[in-house]
Amino acid sequence: MSDLLDIAGKTYSSRLLIGTGKYKDFEETRSAIEESGAQIVTVAIRRTNIGQNADEPNLLDFVSPDKYTILPNTAGCFNADDAVRTCKLARELLDGHDLVKLEVLGDQKTLYPNITHTLKAAQTLVDDGFKVMVYTNDDPIVAKELESMGCVAVMPLGSLIGSGLGILNPHNIHLILEEAEVPIIVDAGVGTASDAAIAMELGCDGVLLNSAVAHANKPVLMASAMRKAIEAGRESFLAGRMPRKAYAAASSPLDGVSR
Amino acid sequence: MTTLTVNGEPFSLSGRTVADLVQALNLSGRRLAVEVNRDIVPKSAHADHLLSDGDVVEIVHAIGGG
Repeated sequence: MSDLLDIAGKTYSSRLLIGTGKYKDFEETRSAIEESGAQIVTVAIRRTNIGQNADEPNLLDFVSPDKYTILPNTAGCFNADDAVRTCKLARELLDGHDLVKLEVLGDQKTLYPNITHTLKAAQTLVDDGFKVMVYTNDDPIVAKELESMGCVAVMPLGSLIGSGLGILNPHNIHLILEEAEVPIIVDAGVGTASDAAIAMELGCDGVLLNSAVAHANKPVLMASAMRKAIEAGRESFLAGRMPRKAYAAASSPLDGVSR
Repeated sequence: MTTLTVNGEPFSLSGRTVADLVQALNLSGRRLAVEVNRDIVPKSAHADHLLSDGDVVEIVHAIGGG
């Protein structure tokens, strides 16, 4: 069965998007990403240490842009201007690659998106030709607005970044999905495999996660669990679950029992 | 010498171009992006872009992130 995720005209067989932060080292990063089956991998853009050794390892030597679609993020940006500037640096860094993850944060305590600045940055980036995958809250009106602006994917939080609290408001995610015409990807909050499965069972097009794998006791094993959970959740969504009932309905015939 | 600010730190460069700076920092051949006074200087222009005293340079690369 062909069931591909289409983002900005490019298709992916994996619906898991994975981050590269907080791993023990680049070897572990590479192993976890390989095991996850992810094809889209997020990175952050930061100042290069000046005075570093010429042979200091580089993330992109371990997670090659030839093998993965690299998704640079604007993590750490708290206003639209910084986020736009970071995207432009990323596009230069990645030789004109224009797919970006826009996130404009509100405060350090919650890392909740600042929607005013997110909308402003999204408009600027879309106008500049970027393909914008945008981190946002789980407000269906804002999600639709970002879609209307031309964002190629809308990525509502399940819960706070790095919290591992799962999908706290599945009803809102459902409202977003009902109106969506671009991929909806739950970004942030997934803590364990069942959270990822729940997101997919709701009908999300994908899940973006980082800490749930990087902070697991065994990151590579959790990467494998996430791959399976997302596949299972997707198939479950496509299969269509049975209705919930208040009372029992026997699976085995009730008559013909030997007495 | 060209007196610059590179990633927030003062830096004296004996050359004049962005390529000279990248080389002086032992960063030649690495994946990075350079901004001078908030404008991107594309890789293709590193060898030709002349730096002036007081220029503010940012050099970035990709690190782990979610």
